[in-house]
Amino acid sequence: MKFFDLSFRYKIPLWGSMLIIVTAIAVSASMIVDTYDELKEDLIIDSDTLARSLTSNLFPALLHDDTWRAFEIISTAIDSPYSDWPGQAQAEAILVVDNALNIVVSTHPKMAPISTDISELSPEYAALADQISQMGEHPSQAIELPGSNRFYYITPISRGNAHLGTLIIVYPQGVFMPRFFDIAWHGLSVGSFILAILLPLNWYWGRRMTLPLLLLASRMSKTSGKWPADLEPDLYTHRDELGQLFEAYHLMLEELKAKESLEKQMEQSERLAALGQLAAGIAHEVNNPLGGMLTAIDTLKRHGNVDPRTMKTIALLERGLTQIRDTVGALLVEAKLKSRNLLPQDIEDVQTLITPLANKKAIYITWHNSLDGDIPLPATLVRQILINLLLNAVQAATQQGEVLFDIHVMDGNLRVVVENNGKTLSPEQISHLFEPFSPLSRDGHGLGLWVTYQIVHQLGGHVEVEKESNDYMRFTVEIPMGGAL
Amino acid sequence: MKTSNFKFLFYLRHICIVLFVLFTTNAAWAEQSEKPIRFGITPAIVHDQYALLADWREYLQKKLERPVEFVTRDNYRETIELLKHNKLDFAWLSAYPFVYSEKNHFVRLLATPLYQGRPYYRAYLIVPASDLQTKTLLQLKGKVFAYADPYSNTGYLVPRYQLRQEGEDSKHFFRKTFFTWGHQNIVMAVARGLADGGEVDSFVWETLALIRPNLTRQTRVIAKSPEYGFPPIAAQITVSQAEFSAMQRVLLEMANDTEGAKLLKRLNLDGFISGDPKLYNSVRKMMQALDDI
Repeated sequence: MKFFDLSFRYKIPLWGSMLIIVTAIAVSASMIVDTYDELKEDLIIDSDTLARSLTSNLFPALLHDDTWRAFEIISTAIDSPYSDWPGQAQAEAILVVDNALNIVVSTHPKMAPISTDISELSPEYAALADQISQMGEHPSQAIELPGSNRFYYITPISRGNAHLGTLIIVYPQGVFMPRFFDIAWHGLSVGSFILAILLPLNWYWGRRMTLPLLLLASRMSKTSGKWPADLEPDLYTHRDELGQLFEAYHLMLEELKAKESLEKQMEQSERLAALGQLAAGIAHEVNNPLGGMLTAIDTLKRHGNVDPRTMKTIALLERGLTQIRDTVGALLVEAKLKSRNLLPQDIEDVQTLITPLANKKAIYITWHNSLDGDIPLPATLVRQILINLLLNAVQAATQQGEVLFDIHVMDGNLRVVVENNGKTLSPEQISHLFEPFSPLSRDGHGLGLWVTYQIVHQLGGHVEVEKESNDYMRFTVEIPMGGAL
Repeated sequence: MKTSNFKFLFYLRHICIVLFVLFTTNAAWAEQSEKPIRFGITPAIVHDQYALLADWREYLQKKLERPVEFVTRDNYRETIELLKHNKLDFAWLSAYPFVYSEKNHFVRLLATPLYQGRPYYRAYLIVPASDLQTKTLLQLKGKVFAYADPYSNTGYLVPRYQLRQEGEDSKHFFRKTFFTWGHQNIVMAVARGLADGGEVDSFVWETLALIRPNLTRQTRVIAKSPEYGFPPIAAQITVSQAEFSAMQRVLLEMANDTEGAKLLKRLNLDGFISGDPKLYNSVRKMMQALDDI
């Protein structure tokens, strides 16, 4: 598995950690290099200060050939009580040579005896002697000889044009190393401390940052099958890109659901329309022979001399055929009846009709009627719709239950809302609710809602059934007023 | 404004009178009884034992009932000059400065210390402890040699005299010579290897061996000279007989009281005797032989 295929859960904290560590190392390294340079510069400054004070004291001593005084001067610089001071770079040796590069005095006479040529001390000093003879007019010089483990600081001992010799301060290479390590160690511990704080913080932050993303990813991978559950709204509340992504996901999910629901609705209405056509076709085909048969029975009853026994059979046939006609008639909803306009009075009539039924089950009906004046819709059909819906509601409501009725005009539509408490229906049940001979109908032939649906559709309106959260079912009917009939 | 100015001047005059009276009486009193005795200290002894010198000064003040001032100089020449110009009343000199000063009639012998019971000391020829070859002064030919002081007996006069006895010219015998301004510095120069040899006052070397054994251990005594009169305490020629006697008595009696004895022990001495200028004849002889001064 490649690093780039890793989950963000690990990748982001790892990236962050890597950046932090790289930054820390880069900063520390540059600081350490700086410190090294600074310490080296400090050493040169220190050497210069020391050299200046030594040469100013050495000049008169050399002028008077006072070897002991010169020895005391340079020895003090080596054996000073500050030699234990950690910040002070401690010189290893100090030498004074005359213009012929013979040693006038040194702090280590056994190593560098008086009056010897420094070139004879060691090859290193011979190289140093070359450097000194080439020094010319330079006031002071820090010298690092190749392959040497020492650092030399040379200063002429002169006043004006009088040049008496050269002072050589010898430092062991890395004289400032203890101090350098001290500073570097300090820097490292501070760095580690910062890392110890930043790394867990980065890890925590990275995990926190990626968690919503991970949830989103896992939800999205599930959209192919069933709809995933909605994300908790407080999972990510910020308005950054991630927040926008969440919102987009939410919207997408909503739209997908709406599309699906619309598809279902269309499927349902197409099915109902097909059913209606089928029913109408069958009704016409049935009605024609039925009308003939009924007319024949009627003629037979009126003119035929039939014995009472046959009469009884004819009556039986007639009742049967009438029932068929009624049933077929009920299936064949004809909205093309001429009717007067709906009046507020019609609504009160419906209330009067339904109240006794409601009282039987001790159901409380909340009634809102905000119609005034006549509505350009056929009164008979609207009354039928209202009665059907209310009957259905009363039937479905529990004992001592509640029914809510509201009728009003909104946006050029007549809008009727009927709500009832009681057992709610599943989406599956709702999708078959308006089919004829509904199995949900406990009494009656299950055609009430079928008829309502057919009438509403023929009036150009639509019906919606919703399940309210608190065990309520709501039917909403909207019919455009003055629609083409 | 005028009145306050006048008042101020009035007070100022009074203050001046009071100050004048105080100053003059104080000065007169000091002139009579508190004029300090000035005592010169030279590197003839281990002269940087400041605590010991302070205690000895206290002792002398108590015994003399007069303030004593120690005037320390790092070289003999300055002390000789101070004596010559009557800036010192007494001084502890090395044998050679004493002989020189006595010859020039500005000092007289006050007392000679007793070292190991006798008024004598020697010159020690020392080399670094690491040098196991050198046995005599002559073997130091072409080497670096440390002298103490141009007026030093053991540290300058003696080695040059010894070389002369051997027929060598001290000016060219060594590769390099230098003055260290004190016997202790010679020991240090030899110990550190700055000089390949030097001659030191036996009293100073032995005293150092007691108080700074780490230093003397780095040197090795390869030859001891004959005895010379111990560096004496001299009085300026103009010092009154009363003062001369008082100081001499205090020094001679030091060994007899507890405090004095303790100080002598710390000085690594046994006492003082009035001494005899003849003790320094051998020094005079060397001086004449070298025709130095």
